[in-house]
Amino acid sequence: MSTTEVPIPLIDVPVIDITPPSGWLDLNLRELWQFRELVYFFVWRDIKIRYKQTAIGAAWAVLQPVMTMLVFSLFFGRLAKIPSGGVPYPIFYLSALLPWMYFAGALQNATNSVVEQQRVITKVYFPRLVLPLSAVVSGLLDFAIGFVVFLFMMLLYRIAPGRAVLLFPVFLLLAVATALGVGLWLSALNAVYRDVRYVVPFLIQFWMFVSPVAYPTSLVPERWRWLYGLNPMAGVIEGFRWALTGKGQPPSLLLAVSAGAVFVVLIGGMAFFRNMEATIADVV
Amino acid sequence: MSDIVIRAQSVSKRYRIGERERYLALRDVLARAISAPARLFKARKPASPNGDASHIWALKDVSFEVRQGEAVGIIGRNGVGKTTLLKILAQVTRPTEGRARLKGRVGSLLEVGTGFHPELTGRENVYLSGAILGMRKKEIARKFDEIIAFAEVEKFVDTPVKHYSSGMQMRLAFAVAAHLEPEILIVDEVLAVGDAAFQKKCIGKMGSVASQGRTVILVSHNMGAIQQLTQRCLLLEGGRVVAIGESAPVIARYQEIAMDRSTTVFDVTDEPRRFPELSRKVQFLTLEMENCPTRLVPADADITLRITVRGNDCTESFFFGLTVFRIDGTPVGSSWGLPIHSIRKGTVGTFRLTLHEPHLAPGLYYLGLGITQGKDVVCYEDLDVVLDLLHFEMLAPPVQDSARRKWVPSWGSVRFKRLLASRLG
Repeated sequence: MSTTEVPIPLIDVPVIDITPPSGWLDLNLRELWQFRELVYFFVWRDIKIRYKQTAIGAAWAVLQPVMTMLVFSLFFGRLAKIPSGGVPYPIFYLSALLPWMYFAGALQNATNSVVEQQRVITKVYFPRLVLPLSAVVSGLLDFAIGFVVFLFMMLLYRIAPGRAVLLFPVFLLLAVATALGVGLWLSALNAVYRDVRYVVPFLIQFWMFVSPVAYPTSLVPERWRWLYGLNPMAGVIEGFRWALTGKGQPPSLLLAVSAGAVFVVLIGGMAFFRNMEATIADVV
Repeated sequence: MSDIVIRAQSVSKRYRIGERERYLALRDVLARAISAPARLFKARKPASPNGDASHIWALKDVSFEVRQGEAVGIIGRNGVGKTTLLKILAQVTRPTEGRARLKGRVGSLLEVGTGFHPELTGRENVYLSGAILGMRKKEIARKFDEIIAFAEVEKFVDTPVKHYSSGMQMRLAFAVAAHLEPEILIVDEVLAVGDAAFQKKCIGKMGSVASQGRTVILVSHNMGAIQQLTQRCLLLEGGRVVAIGESAPVIARYQEIAMDRSTTVFDVTDEPRRFPELSRKVQFLTLEMENCPTRLVPADADITLRITVRGNDCTESFFFGLTVFRIDGTPVGSSWGLPIHSIRKGTVGTFRLTLHEPHLAPGLYYLGLGITQGKDVVCYEDLDVVLDLLHFEMLAPPVQDSARRKWVPSWGSVRFKRLLASRLG
């Protein structure tokens, strides 16, 4: 029947074992690495679609943090006179709003990621972790745009950051890890319980007040600061402020606790997501 | 003897069925937890081996082996588990029991247009869809021109896909998928895409993929394509393998089962649909052939169907459509009714559909039915479509002058009315 008699030699081909889901934890990071191009494609697709559909597009990435910064500077800064440690209010707030808005956006996108792609998930195999991961990465573009505005403002106020700015990528990575960690929990839950996505906006609002966005950590009494640090975004925000403005003490204790919390949430999130994958496939 | 590239051992899949509400709400779970907290901590009872009333086994004990380079068909009636088996092999869902081992990269074509987004251009969608299906960026770039040429959309490569006709979209989507070069290719029904010319192209491409030494698993209702493309077949019925072997005899066995006259009423209420994205505002519940319960139809008779439908939403101006297919999957003809029906939400309606004297040639056929809403030619919406059921046999007319000879398939499937010949000179 076939015209060629020589079969393709099966050297170096992957062997795929398909088994019922076991209770065992299996993160399979190597597989995720093999699909890294797909992460790139999903990020590229998200960005392309977002910017094609909105008329304002890139302007929104600037407007949102800047407008919020103006409102905060006026009401929390000027009027309520929240201490800012000598930093001009706009800088004080924008340095916190940039990572915060990245986190809020990434979290909402990650939560929706699995359910939104249900058509693709039910037809093709790829590690489902790719979805929340690319949701979290695609938010970095808006962050970058906002960051350019921030640099411009630093120039305006003639503030030069100290050496701490070298640690800035660390804090950014921590922000991404937090968004990913929480996003994994929420996206898995959302696939099974469809009302979770509506809880997220409320969760984010609440979370913002528990984080040092509108106020400095110094407002929190010393002996409670470790508890405060369990909120991973606390360490991230303080770290950003310190790295970008160069003012204030390095938030070491807070950072240590926050980093620990991020680690736990991330590993826990990956495990939970992995365990839910089998259920997601049938329910989504 | 070539290697075994696919080995399935006792693959089984259980699904929960029952209440239509698939999605849980966290608030309900929490509410239940608060009102009966002890239940949260109680150990969950293992389900009984035969599945309780709320579970069904979509697949049970499916075992088979496929060697490298083989093209194997998976056939069976609607809802027997073919797509579920493919989904398990494609790793889209996991088996409840059993295991399968595949050697090689797997390309799965369970749908045409996976990953397409209407706002992106043809070019962008080719890259995106290719990446989702598993091709590397370099590979897509290399095959890009071939893909566009196959789909015949050269002029529109940089226009957003939402401006494409549905035919163009399907051709492009299939073109991307057709250029996958995995060691194992899993295909589900996608050959039913596009017009006859394009279908021929697709079958041709599928054939050439198979002849390159790649392994192909094909699910189709088109027995002609199965016969043409596959050497072996697997027949599923009720989630189990009932026949496995060379294609021709397995196909014959399938036709036997499909024609099984002990089933008079087809219940499609819970059966998975070929087009799950339809709204099903009005949906089919049961169908039966009213005038011929044994489904042996006399040559000049009408085909009368008795169907029940349920209105899941208040719907007006809907009509029924029917397509007759020859047993090998070739469509013979279609007919539609007038958009005069309406139904209230939550009610069940019974209808009699009459196809007046179709005059089909003797042979085996089956039907596809649809419910469509819409008053004019341009604006209409398909609400529910069921396919591949109500297999029947059209009997030969009683021996008369014009029907002396046994009908030859190449004469077609329609027996036109008597040919008049009058001499003029």
